[in-house]
Amino acid sequence: MKVAVVRFPGSNCDLDMVSALRTIPGLEPVLVWHEDAALGREEFGAVVLPGGFAFADRLRAGAIAANSPAMAKVKRLADRGVPVLGVCNGFQVLVESQLLPGALLRNSGLKFVCDWTHVRVENTTTPFTSGLRKGQVLDLPIAHGEGRYFLERPELERLEKDGLVAFRYCDEAGRPTSSSNPTGTLHNIAGVCNKEGNVVGLMPHPERAAEALLTPLGKADGSLVLSSLLVKRWRGGA
Amino acid sequence: MRAEQLGLGLTADEIATVRRSLGREPNETEWSMIDAEWSEHSSYKSSKALLKLFPTTGKRVVLGPGYDAGVVDVGGGYVATLHIESHNHPSAIDPYGGASTGIGGVLRDILSVASRPIALVDILRFGLIDESGHSRWLFKNVVRGIADYGNCVGVPTVAGEVEFDDSFERNCLVDVACVGIAKKGGLILGEAKKPGDVLVLIGGSTGRDGIKGATFASANLKADAASDRSSVQVPDPFIKKLLLDSLLEVIESGENIPGMKDLGGGGLSTALSEVASKGGTGVDVELKRVRLREQDMSPTEIMTSESQERMLLVLPASAASSKSGVIKILEKYDVPYSVIGRVTAHPNLVIRWGGKVVADLPASLVTEAPLIPWPSRKPKKPVGSSRSRASGQPSSIQEALITILSSPNVASKRWVFRQYDHEVGIRTVVRPGQGDAAVLRLPNGKFLAIKGDGNSKHASLDPYAGAAGCVAEACRNVVAVGGEPIALVDHLQSGDPSDPEVYWTFREALQGMADYCRAFGLPVVGGKVSFYNEDSATGRAIKPSPIALVVGLIEDQSRIKTMSFKGAGESVFVLGETRPELGGSEYSAKFSVAKGAGAAPRPDPAVDLATCKAVLGLIEDGLVSSVHDCSNGGLGVALAEMAMAGGVGARIDLTKVPTTCEAEAETLFSESHGRFVLSGGDERALLAALRRSGVPHAVIGKVGGAALSLATGRGAARLRVASMKARFEGAIPELMD
Repeated sequence: MKVAVVRFPGSNCDLDMVSALRTIPGLEPVLVWHEDAALGREEFGAVVLPGGFAFADRLRAGAIAANSPAMAKVKRLADRGVPVLGVCNGFQVLVESQLLPGALLRNSGLKFVCDWTHVRVENTTTPFTSGLRKGQVLDLPIAHGEGRYFLERPELERLEKDGLVAFRYCDEAGRPTSSSNPTGTLHNIAGVCNKEGNVVGLMPHPERAAEALLTPLGKADGSLVLSSLLVKRWRGGA
Repeated sequence: MRAEQLGLGLTADEIATVRRSLGREPNETEWSMIDAEWSEHSSYKSSKALLKLFPTTGKRVVLGPGYDAGVVDVGGGYVATLHIESHNHPSAIDPYGGASTGIGGVLRDILSVASRPIALVDILRFGLIDESGHSRWLFKNVVRGIADYGNCVGVPTVAGEVEFDDSFERNCLVDVACVGIAKKGGLILGEAKKPGDVLVLIGGSTGRDGIKGATFASANLKADAASDRSSVQVPDPFIKKLLLDSLLEVIESGENIPGMKDLGGGGLSTALSEVASKGGTGVDVELKRVRLREQDMSPTEIMTSESQERMLLVLPASAASSKSGVIKILEKYDVPYSVIGRVTAHPNLVIRWGGKVVADLPASLVTEAPLIPWPSRKPKKPVGSSRSRASGQPSSIQEALITILSSPNVASKRWVFRQYDHEVGIRTVVRPGQGDAAVLRLPNGKFLAIKGDGNSKHASLDPYAGAAGCVAEACRNVVAVGGEPIALVDHLQSGDPSDPEVYWTFREALQGMADYCRAFGLPVVGGKVSFYNEDSATGRAIKPSPIALVVGLIEDQSRIKTMSFKGAGESVFVLGETRPELGGSEYSAKFSVAKGAGAAPRPDPAVDLATCKAVLGLIEDGLVSSVHDCSNGGLGVALAEMAMAGGVGARIDLTKVPTTCEAEAETLFSESHGRFVLSGGDERALLAALRRSGVPHAVIGKVGGAALSLATGRGAARLRVASMKARFEGAIPELMD
């Protein structure tokens, strides 16, 4: 499957994402410059918006990228049911583009946080979680200054009721405690999906945990997120 | 206007030398070009003669000092590049902007030789954050500046060091080093060799920020230092990122780039004079072609502006005149560029303003400042020393260890490195807090260990031993993670060189470092000197602060080691001899030290080399599971850190430690060099191997339990790992958040 990894000016996890996807047999990552016509023309099985600081994150994180011609194309692909993953800055771009609900605010400590976290899988019906078990605890690193997920209360309740929370920070045993919440994010939310399930955003970086060598405990959990693309049992799946 | 009226940093002798050599009075633009390039910052006029003492060659050295970065062969057709910079004065005035632009500068140096930056290391010095709000303000904003810039450009900050001492109260030190990786055949140098080639200025526009920054960095900070804020450059990591991505794409595309140079201290003036002088050519440049941020800038301002995020490319005329590959890539990334001139055979710098010549100077005159042989005199009391805060004796070993573990100098630096992205690039294998040095994977299948160290307290008491000691410590740290040290870049920082006592400490430090490197077989491939670091209010010099950044090579993954105790039941070994060397120790900062135990630690390179080889041998033979060096806080802190990292205790018998100390506190907290603590399951095999090595060693205990127990002749101290960890992790956040 060809996977487009969109590179905006200021993306900095794009090459990492390409090499992580390349470690998974069956996935063929293609680095696509945001102005490249290939994004609308070629047949991609999935699109990934990588982390970084697209357009320097001026105004708000993700705000300028969200209004770029590239995102108009990504929206059209998402509407057709193509799986779209946003990681970190890519997640911020997806909420700014309204492909995903909510907003990502500055971390409660007002500082950038780079650390390893435990993340519990909440929804296994998306193309990026279908290879995982519900309740499974993954070790994934985070690195961001604006990752506090926010949504007004009634909508947040609906989000929870509809099962659109995809990942939640938790402790080692899978409990979403306040001490395991690194950023003050609401309900320990680390990632969400859209109603159709094909668009997923998360703050932790699966591409940084796709090889055992690079993870403190030697668990390549990030690889399970990315390789879910090859598991054909998600709700809207082709 | 005559030189004396221009507010230059040049001395009367230097002004006379220029007039004599040129045979006329230079104009204002010419004076400012010479002023920038003859500043201490750019010319190394107070240190150049002594820097020749460093050993700079070795079988892996591809490029030694004198270029934008040192280059070492790491095998498999790859080279690692390394460079260190400081941004002390700018950070003392504007900690956020100063620290940011410091990173920007060192990244450009690594990029200049056509290598991809893969890691940043920050070595920071502040006043006492438990006493001074000003120091907390500097610390907080320097860290935030490094984080915002480094995180944005996507280069991980993987290692570093922070030291607090009141001599840095108003003159903090912000050292930043960068490591890069490149294919061996692809290096580009900062030289313009071929007349007819064109000069292309790319990246950010030129503004009034940082004008005379090199001159500002080459004098003591003034008491009303805030008035110098315009000497601090404005950072823009986004433009830097585009510059980085576009140039890396140009380099990887195989386009011909005959020369490349970053614009740092001294701006365009320094970049042009250095590419011409290194290439044996001249340049002819039209300043009207330089893209300006402010339209009414004068030729002098344009030449000496230190606006950030700019690079100078030397390209074949054909590459700039049409839609060449290079230009297409720059346009793809929206990186602005302008062709500002050409390389000439006549070896002069000819600078024009609307066609009219505004400066015409021989390149060699500009780049060759006369050296200054400063007088030196051994100080009566250590330079930078201050009122002792030590008082009395600890009531127990427990109290002493807990006090030291919660001192900001020793306490966990998680508060700092959690703000730095240390994972981006997916190369980080050993991250901050896990091991004694960072470990990164390389594209050739090997691994690179990286660590920077210094100890200004040791260096103040004994500059020779203290500077040698920072090399010793950095080497131990690299060895502890399994790396064989292959190269070093240094940074020597002190006060005003015209003060004979300060200059003596500088000479001693340089000699100490050079002698140690030579005996250890470690080449110095680059470095930096920073003078004029003085407290702007008191005029007191900082403690001499030599820094060593060492890189080491690890052949395969199985040899990578971390500090955490792993298996309960493993035997704990100490290697090397502990001597009564508590001078400048963390213990001596808190408690009084017996007469005779107050000397600064003095490393012996021959002994250290044998010990390091023994440790690498044990690692290669697969006999050890954890390795940690003894440095700040001595054996006591080393054991506590291994226990805290592993979440498991150990029972230690201090009477077994090879030592010449009389008191237990001395054995536990002396900062003698040449020591490691390690653990392994096969005690007999370890003992046999260590006996063969001839290195002093002993089995001092076993891993296990929830506490670190330290038995002395008179009983045992017992410290729960969880309570040590609470103090160790909590100390800095309690002061800062």
